[in-house]
Amino acid sequence: MTSDSLPRAFTLLLKRDLTLAVRHRAEILNPLLFFVLVTSLFPLGIGADPKLLQAVGPGIIWVAALLAALLSLEGIFRSDFEDGTLEQFLLSSHPVSVLVIAKVLAHWLITGLPLLVISPLLGVLLGLPGDAIIILLITLALGTPVLSLIGAVGVALTVGLRKGGMILSLLVLPLYVPLLIFAANAVDTAAAGLPVTAHLSLISALLVLSLSLSPLATAAALRISLS
Amino acid sequence: MIETGNNNMLEAHALECIRDDRTLFSGLAFRLERGQALILEGRNGSGKTSLLRILCGIRLADAGTVTWDGTDIGKLGPDYHVHTAYVGHRDGIKLDLTPLENLAMARALGKPNDTTLEAALEKVDLYGFEDVLTRNLSAGQQRRLALARLLVTDTVLWILDEPFTSLDVHGIQVIEELLDQHTSSGGMLAVTSHHAVNLASTTIQRINLSDLAA
Amino acid sequence: MFNNFFHKMASPRYFYNISGQLIPWLAAACMALFLAGLYYGLVKAPPDYQQGDSYRIMFIHVPAAWMSMFIYVVMAVAGAIGLIWHIKLAEVMAISSASIGASFTFLALVTGSIWGKPMWGTWWVWDARLTSELILLFLYLGVIALYNAIDDKRTAARAVAILALVGVVNIPIIHYSVEWWNTLHQGPTVTKLDKPSIHLSMLIPLLLMAFAFKLYYAFVVLMRARCEVLERERHTGWVRELAETK
Repeated sequence: MTSDSLPRAFTLLLKRDLTLAVRHRAEILNPLLFFVLVTSLFPLGIGADPKLLQAVGPGIIWVAALLAALLSLEGIFRSDFEDGTLEQFLLSSHPVSVLVIAKVLAHWLITGLPLLVISPLLGVLLGLPGDAIIILLITLALGTPVLSLIGAVGVALTVGLRKGGMILSLLVLPLYVPLLIFAANAVDTAAAGLPVTAHLSLISALLVLSLSLSPLATAAALRISLS
Repeated sequence: MIETGNNNMLEAHALECIRDDRTLFSGLAFRLERGQALILEGRNGSGKTSLLRILCGIRLADAGTVTWDGTDIGKLGPDYHVHTAYVGHRDGIKLDLTPLENLAMARALGKPNDTTLEAALEKVDLYGFEDVLTRNLSAGQQRRLALARLLVTDTVLWILDEPFTSLDVHGIQVIEELLDQHTSSGGMLAVTSHHAVNLASTTIQRINLSDLAA
Repeated sequence: MFNNFFHKMASPRYFYNISGQLIPWLAAACMALFLAGLYYGLVKAPPDYQQGDSYRIMFIHVPAAWMSMFIYVVMAVAGAIGLIWHIKLAEVMAISSASIGASFTFLALVTGSIWGKPMWGTWWVWDARLTSELILLFLYLGVIALYNAIDDKRTAARAVAILALVGVVNIPIIHYSVEWWNTLHQGPTVTKLDKPSIHLSMLIPLLLMAFAFKLYYAFVVLMRARCEVLERERHTGWVRELAETK
């Protein structure tokens, strides 16, 4: 085998998933619309008092991000499972976990990055101060890849099931709790004008941990789901 | 194109497969060498597809082992898959990609050979369709595209589940020629088919799974 | 030789016979410890100078909370053994543990809430320990739901093992994050056994109950595993023989 064949497979797979996403634009737009919509429902539900909104804003934005990610998760493997391409990945001569990273990266670029881009707008809508919005951006940048990585394990476990969606949320949401706590709290703390280095290092630690373990767990789960 | 070198051997030892409490087969054993073809026969639900998936390493056998050159394929993992190509019941191609894009991905997943993607398409009579979305091809053309994957990587063992599904008489002929070429130049073949498989120059083993049902 | 012993132990038939002999002893020991624990806990231990008698629910709550964590770890370890060495009995033990663990978690939640009512004035506060237990309950429910959703039980057991392993990596993180989020709760008081900060008269029944719960888990998990083994092996010779002789 030539030594560049794995990087080549990685980039081709990444390019493939991005091409497919561009040909189905709804996959990019739906979670994004959902994110904006859910966030803008809260002022209607709890009242538009600026102080209240500023207090709950970070939590709202992060919960909405969690749900938007959950909504898009099945896209990582579902269609590949249905048309049989997922089998071909398991039978490739490359480590499956590396292919998984390519797929998760593509998923993040398609669904996580747009959330990141639109989030300052939502921060402004909820009346967050400028410093807090910057921290919100940083937490989303570090945190949304964690959502995709952890979610991939859940999708891999449920991809063969007819009603995988309900179970998926039960499997994945509890695992999102630490991230939610650290990230929403970071934005809160920043809004109060306090330093958030500790929060950010904890979120980075979560990112490193999920980046190193989740691809292996996902690959193992895919083998099981397809057997 | 087939990698040259030592003779390879695929062996099954006392394979058993249970599905939904039914023993589909047990004590199944065979040995497949280069230049040979294994044709699996049997009624619907007799476990042909399950056996092929076990041979691929996707499914675990309920008992017994499959070895490649004497080593368990589960232990070999990618080192086994580099020698194999599988076309399953599902085509394993993306409908929203063009045939060329599909083949490029398939080639990158294995060990590329010298055949150009265009040449592979031409061999399965899809020349001229390389930039059409696969969604717009007919079922038979999609199947031929799936089979074209076999031609773009350097593999010894082809594992094919009903390769002739959706193909017309001419399509079947084209594919049979490819299979013949593969085995006569030292390749191995494990195939299930409802159609008779006509391979002129090959040592053929037949296993009828209906006879093995417990 | 060790390997041989291991595989013999793991053979379903051997397991079925041995566990059948063990269960009555375990159950009897469990009952004895349970009664002793209740006696020391409800009769012998003095009332708390602050909480009066209401603290006595601790003798259920604390061991249940310990068990809820312990069983999850057992489940993950058994799952890992099943995955790595393809030992079916380990898969069976893992999945048989899940619903017992979920029950203990639920018990810990309910007793915690009852215990909290006189202390906090409401049935539920977002106290760190209770919140962790709640999330743990969700993790258990995920395991059970996933197992039931997959038709092929061998596949299901292997999928559950992966999920349990992912969960066991996350539990400390979840626990830490929840504590961090809510530092109001009183620190763990029993882990320092060398100089216990709770009185000996309360520690004794607590430990008795903890052992009783452990034994309860042991004999119930064996009973469940026996059922599961019979169901999985029902087309094999020895199970048929067993069915005919009874």
